[in-house]
Amino acid sequence: MNGVRTYRRPISTWWWVGKRTYFVFVMRELSSIFIAWLVVYLLLMIAAIGRGADAYDDFLRFAANPVVVVVDLVALAFVVLHTITWFGLTPKAMDVRAAGRPVPAAAVIASQYVGLVVVSAFVVWLVSR
Amino acid sequence: MSDGGFTATHDVLVIGGGGAGLRAAIALADADPVLDVAVMSKVYPMRSHTVSAEGGAAGVIAEGDTVEEHIYDTISGSDWLGDQDAIEMFVDEAPRELLRLEHWGCPWSRQPDGHVAVRAFGGMKKMRTWFAADKTGFHMLHALYQTSLKHDDVTRYDEWFVTRLLVDDGRVHGVVAVELMTGRIRAVAAKAVVLATGGCGKVFPFTTNANINTGDGMALAYRAGAPLKDMEFVQYHPTGLPFTGILITEAARAEGGWLLNKDGYRYLQDYDLGTPSPTPVLRSMELGPRDRLSQAFVHEVEKGRTLDSPYGPIVHLDLRHLGAKVIDAKLPFVRELCQKYERIDPVTELVPVRPVVHYMMGGVHTDLDGATPVAGLYAAGETACVSINGANRLGSNSLPECLVFGARAGRAAAEYAATAGPAPAAVAAQAADEERRLEHDLLGRAGTERVSAIRTEMQSTMEESAGIYRTGPSLAKGADTLAELQQRMARVGVADRSRSFNTELVAALELANLLDVAECILRSGLQRQESRGAHQRTDFPARDDETFLTHLLVHREPDGSSRVERLPVTITRWKPGERVYGR
Amino acid sequence: MPDEAGTIGLRVARYRPDTDSEPGWQEYDVPLRREWTVLDALNHVKNEVDPTLSFRWSCRMGICGSCGMDVDGTPRLTCGTFLADFAPGPIRVEPLSNFPVVRDLVVDIDDFIQKLPRVKPWIIRDEEKSVDEGEYLQSPEELDAYKQFSMCINCMLCYAACPVYGLDPDFVGPAAIALAERYDLDSRDQGARERLDVLIEHEGVWGCTFVGECTRVCPKHVDPAGAIQRYKLKAARESVKALLLPRGAR
Repeated sequence: MNGVRTYRRPISTWWWVGKRTYFVFVMRELSSIFIAWLVVYLLLMIAAIGRGADAYDDFLRFAANPVVVVVDLVALAFVVLHTITWFGLTPKAMDVRAAGRPVPAAAVIASQYVGLVVVSAFVVWLVSR
Repeated sequence: MSDGGFTATHDVLVIGGGGAGLRAAIALADADPVLDVAVMSKVYPMRSHTVSAEGGAAGVIAEGDTVEEHIYDTISGSDWLGDQDAIEMFVDEAPRELLRLEHWGCPWSRQPDGHVAVRAFGGMKKMRTWFAADKTGFHMLHALYQTSLKHDDVTRYDEWFVTRLLVDDGRVHGVVAVELMTGRIRAVAAKAVVLATGGCGKVFPFTTNANINTGDGMALAYRAGAPLKDMEFVQYHPTGLPFTGILITEAARAEGGWLLNKDGYRYLQDYDLGTPSPTPVLRSMELGPRDRLSQAFVHEVEKGRTLDSPYGPIVHLDLRHLGAKVIDAKLPFVRELCQKYERIDPVTELVPVRPVVHYMMGGVHTDLDGATPVAGLYAAGETACVSINGANRLGSNSLPECLVFGARAGRAAAEYAATAGPAPAAVAAQAADEERRLEHDLLGRAGTERVSAIRTEMQSTMEESAGIYRTGPSLAKGADTLAELQQRMARVGVADRSRSFNTELVAALELANLLDVAECILRSGLQRQESRGAHQRTDFPARDDETFLTHLLVHREPDGSSRVERLPVTITRWKPGERVYGR
Repeated sequence: MPDEAGTIGLRVARYRPDTDSEPGWQEYDVPLRREWTVLDALNHVKNEVDPTLSFRWSCRMGICGSCGMDVDGTPRLTCGTFLADFAPGPIRVEPLSNFPVVRDLVVDIDDFIQKLPRVKPWIIRDEEKSVDEGEYLQSPEELDAYKQFSMCINCMLCYAACPVYGLDPDFVGPAAIALAERYDLDSRDQGARERLDVLIEHEGVWGCTFVGECTRVCPKHVDPAGAIQRYKLKAARESVKALLLPRGAR
């Protein structure tokens, strides 16, 4: 505005630390790095399989490295966080209606977990067959 | 300042951005695309007090309802003091205005078939009150505000406080205002000015009105030479929450709520308002007019049949029998307000209520087009007195009044501006005078009196002298005290030395407005030696059509004193009769 | 006065642009009364203690949207925030975050005022019906579809809570997008396409990274976060359509 010296408060680098919701939000944003890591990990594994048994053994040794295990565990935690928050978001983004009535948010979220379990069970079946 | 001392020049300047002001602005923009229109308000438009209106807006649309009946209800509700030509025109135009708002997106509550729904309201013989749950004013205001954004050529001066109308030779030529953000004093020229600044509930201590309702437009017009009309008629709403004064809408009673005294007795049956029945009966009991219901409360207090609360006597509003479903569908805001501010749930508990100052029937004297006696100066909404409300306004008539007369004033101002010439040189000198006054008499002075102290005294004086019941001596005593307060006001200084957003300066300017308005209320109250509608004189308990079937106009004399003038009520077809409710 | 239970401290941010280079704190003691809100306490200070304290307020019933401030770090309507809930105090009262401070507890919301018209929050019709033809029919169910988003009082709490808005002031922001959604969902409106064109831009819905705090602080349960996510879905659908379908079929 013309002529008024308004004061813009600086935003601290650590603005997200003080409030739980902000913290969870930044963690969720951060989770994308670990998702990316899992994709790289998967690609490495597929490449190893493609190059034959020796390469795959090398990969397994690499995967058993304690550092890699820790990174994977952290990645798993972030993936879980990402999944939970993503599922939680769905009913907000989609106005799901059945027979003209809005489907309750809890039902939308629950159906996603059911889907997750079904897909996981299928993968487990596929692998352990 | 440039352009001969003026910051800007417009064809029409609307003061106030509430229901009436925004409706006027849109009407102006629609009237003539080349017209230069501006809206100036001391708050952002969506903060205006229209936002607090809850119950609804009356307009004849339902099957079986007639314009004649709405006219009759309004006239009898006004205790025959409303001008019948104005009421006929108002009732006739209200449905179209409400429909227009429907087209602009107002989320009116609906019937299952998709048509607009209507509800009952006090003093109305038919169901004709359109509503948007119980946030009608909020939805109307936001629909108006958002629609007004379409007209991007309308200049807005948000948070500018007008301190003076520039008038020369009986014609208005603009305003002087304080831009609150910077504290700069600015002059804005306009060929026509529409006042839509709302009411003045803040002259009283206990009111439903918002902090901003300080009678600014009334005081500006009064000082500029336009008289104030019917100022003795102050509406008490029968159901306000104690302490806060927050309004519990009449719709609560229209949906079936009961008023109970301390014995759980529906006491209105003792005051010629009908006999109780479990379901609401139109124009009866709890659906009687506001003046009669508030007066009944005073009698209950005298009989010792009210309950005591830390904030004075109360009665109970009983909504429990309506059930959660009806309350949540029709009265969600009532439930929210009760839970938040009284920590009670109306679904299971009784709501404590007492009468509370709600609305000013009086205002700036205008004709049917909102024109005041000052050429180029228009007024609409609660600021104005056309008059359709007479001695008592019916609930749900004020929102359509804002629309009907906002639009009319806008159109009339557009026509006037098309023929008016530029401001004469004398006006710039006036603006400079006003700037000096603000700089030296308020900002630059270390005063000996405090705004808040004078305001508190004024408010208690008004409650004591001009409450639901008044007497000649109480009004005269109040007038004496006010005269003293006016003198003390001259010694007020603004301690706040900062220019930017100086709310102490605003409070001082508002208090000056309130004092002038309060003076007019007492002045005409003294003059009206009869009891009619909301003006009840215990020393003159009867209505006196012989002498007082007339408006009272308070003029300001050049020396600052006031003069009261009479103006006959316009009667078209409805001869004055008895007001009958519940029988 | 009834229900008095001692006093409570208010720690209020002060800023006078004419004299201060940056905001500072001022402490006041106010009576702790059961029915007093933070706004009542501020008015007590202004009327009885320090008339120079500046803040906005009007309706004191949670509908005009004037009195939003940060109370103990969370944006709230001070007229609906009770002192007793913060006992024993002290209560920290600051101007709303993410907005430039004009003076004391007053912030400059001009940015929102400028942004709101950009999302065209009004009924857009291909063909306007005349008032003489009566109302547009709208069933109670159709009304319910947008009702929640029409409850926004423009109080700016959601902007104060939104870190994205804090970091990128170009972001259109929660309330404006919720209002766009309000008109999109209105059965009388045909302007969804025009609004999407605005909101599909970088500073539109894609600015939002779904913190969700806007919905949490909304005093009117408008759920702007939900509105934004729905808009993203709409925008994504449109982008996919634009990619896959020939021009005429969109």
